[in-house]
Amino acid sequence: MVVADISPAELRQRAWDAAASVADPEIPVLTIDDLGVLREVEVVGDRVEVAITPTYSGCPAMNMIALEIELALERAGFREASVRTVLSPAWTTDWMSEEGRRKLREYGIAPPQATSGRRALFGVAEVACPQCGSDDTEQLAEFGSTSCKALWRCKSCREPFDYFKCH
Amino acid sequence: MTAPSITVSETPLVLYTLRRADDALILGHRLSEWCGHAPVLEEDMALSNMALDLIGQARELYGYAAKVEGRDNDEDKLAYLRDVRQYRNLLLVERPNGDFAQTMVRQLFYAAFADLYWRGMMGSTDATLAAVAAKSEKECAYHLRHASEWVIRLGDGTDESHRRAQAAVDDLWAYTGEMFNIDDSERSLIDAGIAIDPTMLLPEWLSIVSHVAREATLTLPENDWMQRGGRDGRHSEHLGHLLSELQYMQRSFPGATW
Repeated sequence: MVVADISPAELRQRAWDAAASVADPEIPVLTIDDLGVLREVEVVGDRVEVAITPTYSGCPAMNMIALEIELALERAGFREASVRTVLSPAWTTDWMSEEGRRKLREYGIAPPQATSGRRALFGVAEVACPQCGSDDTEQLAEFGSTSCKALWRCKSCREPFDYFKCH
Repeated sequence: MTAPSITVSETPLVLYTLRRADDALILGHRLSEWCGHAPVLEEDMALSNMALDLIGQARELYGYAAKVEGRDNDEDKLAYLRDVRQYRNLLLVERPNGDFAQTMVRQLFYAAFADLYWRGMMGSTDATLAAVAAKSEKECAYHLRHASEWVIRLGDGTDESHRRAQAAVDDLWAYTGEMFNIDDSERSLIDAGIAIDPTMLLPEWLSIVSHVAREATLTLPENDWMQRGGRDGRHSEHLGHLLSELQYMQRSFPGATW
C-alpha cells in the first residue's frame, strides 16, 4: 500500500486491526487478539512483520493462523507480509482479554480462571458451568477436544462442557 | 528411490539439543501409537494431546539444533533422515507401549523428570533453550498430573490392575537412571550455565515418584543397577522398528509434502 497521507501510526493501526481480526480456527468465536496469540505488528517500508506465539508447543493451528494473517493483510491492502513465531515470553491464559473470556462463556466454554501458575495448574477448585452458572461441576477428563481444553460436566444442569485450561 | 541418511556435526550444543529433541519425538511417537486404541475415548484424546505437546517440543529443538549446526540440515531431515545409531534418546522413551499400565508408568517416570528438568532449564543462559523450557515445563506439569492419577488408580485398583502396574514398575525401573547421567560433552555446557546438572534433580524426582508409588500401593525396586546407552546411540531392538514406521514416507518418497 503506497498512501502518502497516512501517518505511520495509522498505518500500523490498520495492519494491527487486519491481523487482529483473524479468528482461531479451533475456537472461531475468539480472535487471535482475544487469545493473546498476536504479539507484534510492525510496518517496515512496504512490508508488514507479524509475530505470533503458540498456546501449546504442538498447536496445529499455527500454520493456518499464519496463512489467515497474510490473507487478512492482503485484503487490507498490504501486499507483503511475513509472520514469525516467537516462544518467549511463554503464552499464558493471563493474556486472554476480558472480552475474550465473555465471548468464550457465551459460546459455551468455561473461561480460564483469572491467574495462571502452578497452584492454579494443580488445584483447579471451582469452574462455573457456562450454561447455568452453577459451581457444582466436576472434571471428566484432563484433556479435551483440543490441547487447550479439558472436559467437564455440570452436576446441576447435567450438561457436559469444555473448560479452557489455565496455563 | 530412497533417501540416504544425513550426517550431523555433533558439537556439544548440537548433541545436547538433539538428545532432548529425540526424547520428545520418540515418546511423542509412542503415545501417538495409542491413537484409536486407548481404553476409553477420553484417554485416546489425552494421549494424542500429550503426543502433540511432545512433537511440538521436538520441532522447536530440532529447528534449533539445525540452526546451531549451521549446515543444510533442518528439523525434518534431523527427524526423518538419521539412522537408529544416530538417535540420542533415552532408552526409557523407546520402550514399547505394552499394556496401559506400562505406558502410564513410563509416562510417570519421564514426566516427573521432564517437569523438573524444564523448570530448571528456564534459567539457562541459552535464550532459545530457556524459551523452549518455559513452554515445555507447563505442558509436562499436566503430563505428570495425568500420569500420577492413572498410576494411583491402577496400583490401588483391582488385583489385576495392581499386578500389571507393579510389573510395569519392575520392568521400567532400570531405564530411569539414564535420565541422570552426564558425560564430558554435557559437563562443559553445565559449566557454562547452558545446561543444568541432572544429578541435582534426582532427590526431588525420587520423592515425587515414591509419593505416587506409596499412594498407589506399589513398591519401587531396591535394585539400583541401571541400563544405559541411548544417549550414545546404543539402542534396544525396539527403536529401529519405531523408526521404520516414523521415517517410511520420507525415506521412500524423499521430500514428499502435502
